[in-house]
Amino acid sequence: MLDDTDRRLLRHLQAEPDLSMAELAERAGVTAATCWRRIEKLTEAGVIEAQQAVIDWRALGYTVDVSLRVTLDKTEPRAFDDFIDAAREVPEVYEIQTFLGRVDVRLSVLARDIGHYQQVYRSRILTLPHIADIEALMHVATIKSAETLPL
Amino acid sequence: MIDLDETDRKLLRALSEDATQSAGALGRRFGLSQPAAWRRIRRMQDAGVIAGRRLVLNKEALGFGVTVFLGVKLATKGRVSLEDFERAISAIPEVQTVEHVLGLYDYRLRVVARDLADFERVLRRRIMTLPGVGNVEANVLLSEERRPGPIG
Repeated sequence: MLDDTDRRLLRHLQAEPDLSMAELAERAGVTAATCWRRIEKLTEAGVIEAQQAVIDWRALGYTVDVSLRVTLDKTEPRAFDDFIDAAREVPEVYEIQTFLGRVDVRLSVLARDIGHYQQVYRSRILTLPHIADIEALMHVATIKSAETLPL
Repeated sequence: MIDLDETDRKLLRALSEDATQSAGALGRRFGLSQPAAWRRIRRMQDAGVIAGRRLVLNKEALGFGVTVFLGVKLATKGRVSLEDFERAISAIPEVQTVEHVLGLYDYRLRVVARDLADFERVLRRRIMTLPGVGNVEANVLLSEERRPGPIG
């Protein structure tokens, strides 16, 4: 079970994931040893799943980011499994989500430019199995991206 | 724009899975000296390819059982400023991400809640009451998987 100190540490680390252990300890008002031990414990318990580097794809030349909302042919019993297995093989797909609602699966797809996107869409996406319908939303701007939990 | 070689890409992929690995440990894994690994990582940071860190928390363990994606269409374009809407929606703590998109909807939101009742509260009291909100479509997240993306 989490106590107030754990929550405080997580709140600070969420807000500034680049903090060193020493800085985090200072912000949360605990000793460095306590901080280290708590973070270690939260990681072992699986509350902290990972600390990952964020890749800015634009800096690597990927300027097009499209969200594809896919409806699958549900008369096919293996539609979800087959579709997701095949989507994993497409390197430009950086996120796969499944939903309850009007959309079955959503793919986030990166491309260098519109020409490259068209090529990926035609040769790698439309060829994925059991698609009934696809809608595209093109990413214009990120307004908020921290993805923090209201702890 | 920065060019990455095979070794840079391996380092980047390893860091995008676990950013707590030291340059020494990464160097040993990929056959580089500690300073060589450090220089490569530093170069990718300076070029903005590595844009900081992300803390991935287990939502369920922290009591957040429901994630919903909302597609929001603004009803009265021109009368409500996009900046006002963006500021108001971003200030809601349960709204984790806000993306301006082009297509069927104007905005795509990621909303986290303790359960469906809590989600309904956020939707009805905080989101639907914002000026300019028109059509809203909700899809409840069942599973999600982040892929390495086109690094390799």
